[in-house]
Amino acid sequence: MLRKASSFPEEMLEHVLSFITSDKDRNAVSLVCKSWYEIERWCRKRIFVGNCYAVRPEMVIRRFPELRSVELKGKPHFADFDLVPDGWGGCVYPWIAALATAYPLLEEIKLKRMVVSDESLEVIAKSFKNFKVLVLSSCEGFSTDGLAAVAANCRNLRGLDLRESEVDDPSGQWLSRFPDSFTSLASLNISCLGAEVSFSALERLVGRCPDLKTLRLNHAVPLDKLANLLRGAPQLVELGTGAYSAELQPDVFSNLAGAFSGCKELRSLSGFWNVFPGYLPAVYPVCSGLTSLNLRDANIQGADLIKLVSQCRSLQRLWVLDHIEDIGLEALAACCKDLTELRVFPSDPYGAEPNVSLTERGLVSVSEGCPKLQSVLYFCRQMTNAALVTIAKNSPRMTCFRLCIIEPRAPDYQTLQPLDLGFGAIVENYKDLRRLSLSGLLTDRVFEYIGTYAKKLEMLSVAFAGDSDLGLHHVLSGCEKLCKLEIRDCPFGDNALLANAAKLETMRSLWMSSCSVSFRACKLLGQKMPRLNVEVIDERGPPDLRPENCPVEKLYIYRTIAGPRFDMPGFVWTMDGDSV
Amino acid sequence: MERSMAFESDLNLKATELRLGLPGSDEPEKPSTTPSVRSNKRASPEISEESRSKGSSCVSSKVESGERDSAPPAKEQVVGWPPIRSYRKNCLRAKKNDQVDGAGMYVKVSVDGAPYLRKIDLKVYKSYPELLETLENMFKLTIGEYSEKEGYNGSDFAPTYEDKDGDWMLVGDVPWDMFISSCKRLRIMKGSEARGLSC
Repeated sequence: MLRKASSFPEEMLEHVLSFITSDKDRNAVSLVCKSWYEIERWCRKRIFVGNCYAVRPEMVIRRFPELRSVELKGKPHFADFDLVPDGWGGCVYPWIAALATAYPLLEEIKLKRMVVSDESLEVIAKSFKNFKVLVLSSCEGFSTDGLAAVAANCRNLRGLDLRESEVDDPSGQWLSRFPDSFTSLASLNISCLGAEVSFSALERLVGRCPDLKTLRLNHAVPLDKLANLLRGAPQLVELGTGAYSAELQPDVFSNLAGAFSGCKELRSLSGFWNVFPGYLPAVYPVCSGLTSLNLRDANIQGADLIKLVSQCRSLQRLWVLDHIEDIGLEALAACCKDLTELRVFPSDPYGAEPNVSLTERGLVSVSEGCPKLQSVLYFCRQMTNAALVTIAKNSPRMTCFRLCIIEPRAPDYQTLQPLDLGFGAIVENYKDLRRLSLSGLLTDRVFEYIGTYAKKLEMLSVAFAGDSDLGLHHVLSGCEKLCKLEIRDCPFGDNALLANAAKLETMRSLWMSSCSVSFRACKLLGQKMPRLNVEVIDERGPPDLRPENCPVEKLYIYRTIAGPRFDMPGFVWTMDGDSV
Repeated sequence: MERSMAFESDLNLKATELRLGLPGSDEPEKPSTTPSVRSNKRASPEISEESRSKGSSCVSSKVESGERDSAPPAKEQVVGWPPIRSYRKNCLRAKKNDQVDGAGMYVKVSVDGAPYLRKIDLKVYKSYPELLETLENMFKLTIGEYSEKEGYNGSDFAPTYEDKDGDWMLVGDVPWDMFISSCKRLRIMKGSEARGLSC
């Protein structure tokens, strides 16, 4: 005889649930039955809200009274590429104000692509006595005044990570606001700051925090000071250097090399702005232990890159500029058999002609030599179907594949055919593919392949591709796990969108810009689907001043239980029942 | 491979019915760059009509302007392409903050008691008197004349600036060029604080 769920002691279930931390599992638990829903919501400690407009803070607070960690995302991904006009939204203040009242014991706040004011930072600094971790990823809207408030007030701060945020009017004094008694820092990432920070304050801070494991400096920290910092923190696991150049002086070099040798735990290196190659050998002592190397900002030539990378036999993640060229990637493939993630960025993205010899061959080499490859971001200027088919067959573990051929609609350069077959092989072979970005010349056929094979695909980015609505229809009707779809400059219009309206409620969001979706279709969609926010973004002015069949500039559709938002700027309109 | 589509009848899609041909049946290979919008071959006649007419009646969208049918396209920069984080360009610019390049040097100007700040381009001015006159006009106040010993003696207002080290200095103490290269922002102090400086 089965015991009923209600006769299972609550405390027992709570204890079991304490081992279940993934959001997806927690969500699944909450759907089992009402009593499990209740027990789960009372003991949930972390929440991830992928779209800050999908739910209101009061709703989160009502359901989960005991949160310790909140993670929010704001603007759509294409905001990274200037496609979302300034002022669109994503202001975090209403959330912070609500969290401050509801969760005095909150410990972590992680934000991505949100607008964070100094006022928000001040509220955070003063409201949470036990605040531990602040991560501001690709955020903007705040200055060092806000950081000063955090430094001065958060006595138990463990992590402050400003990765890729834009910080206004930086002055270096905020770092001195950490009191002398403050010693709990474990992670500090200030790599995005433009101006100097007070070095003496930094040095003292680093020296008095024995748990400091991650330190990512900004370019303004000069090389000759780096050794001092390293000697003060030999326990570092992750380091981002400052500017990596100075006049080559033997004592500075040996001091630096010695300091690096002392960091036996170092596993991750980044930074390397303005590299003077003569100083690169100073890091050689730590190379054999490195698992992650980020040379994305290091403007060094292939030969130096190869020498460096060849020392890093344990490397799992490499971010590098295309100076590495095909020949460097061959060397990488020969040395780094544990490589799981490769990102190759363009050194001259807007140049008309290639400035380096980086082609499809480099990526083929890596796929051949590195069987554990899982994640690729590759900018190049030429590609073939044959290469893609080879790459597809070599890397069965791929979960994230993003290829950017710099020229829009570039065909297979050997056959002049579209790259449909190549990407078709990619989706057919990569059974666990969760994220895909397309480029090059592509017809509707590639979307048919994607709809047929990419059953685990969660995020798809499309640009300058396809011929007709059929392309969009294939994706929306075929990709069962699709969560985020972002499209620009494709001839996709009303039909596929309206025919797959219900699908949109199963996804987090859809972005379409410079496509062919008419204002009429947007209104219709907004009217028929109350649980979607259909936002038209158009800087030309109100869409109802143009014919209804005129395509809108940009369209952002997302599911929500919060209803339409009220903080929209003048160039954003929500299509709801009233607007038709 | 044929696909069937389920239409939601309440969406009233008769006017916009999507009809499907067999995949790959009538699609010619296109070796050269294709325009980003073409009339939809598989659509109903009404749609083709619409897409032809919208080309003429609408303000050109990015999609329409992307069409080039004759000469090879001029190499114009497409917004947000290639997909590189734009903040990186700003980062690189910030590195050159010691050089005053041709792009202007905007600094914020605050006045005690004023509800919002202004921004001015310091590069426009050649000397302190020019700058002070502008500030006086902008904020409708009188700052007066600078003297080394007595600052802006007698004035209710004292112009100060934050330098690279984070310290607040009186405007006028250092040579103009040094001021330009070290000034991060301006603050016009008012009242007793200001007069205190002048004494």
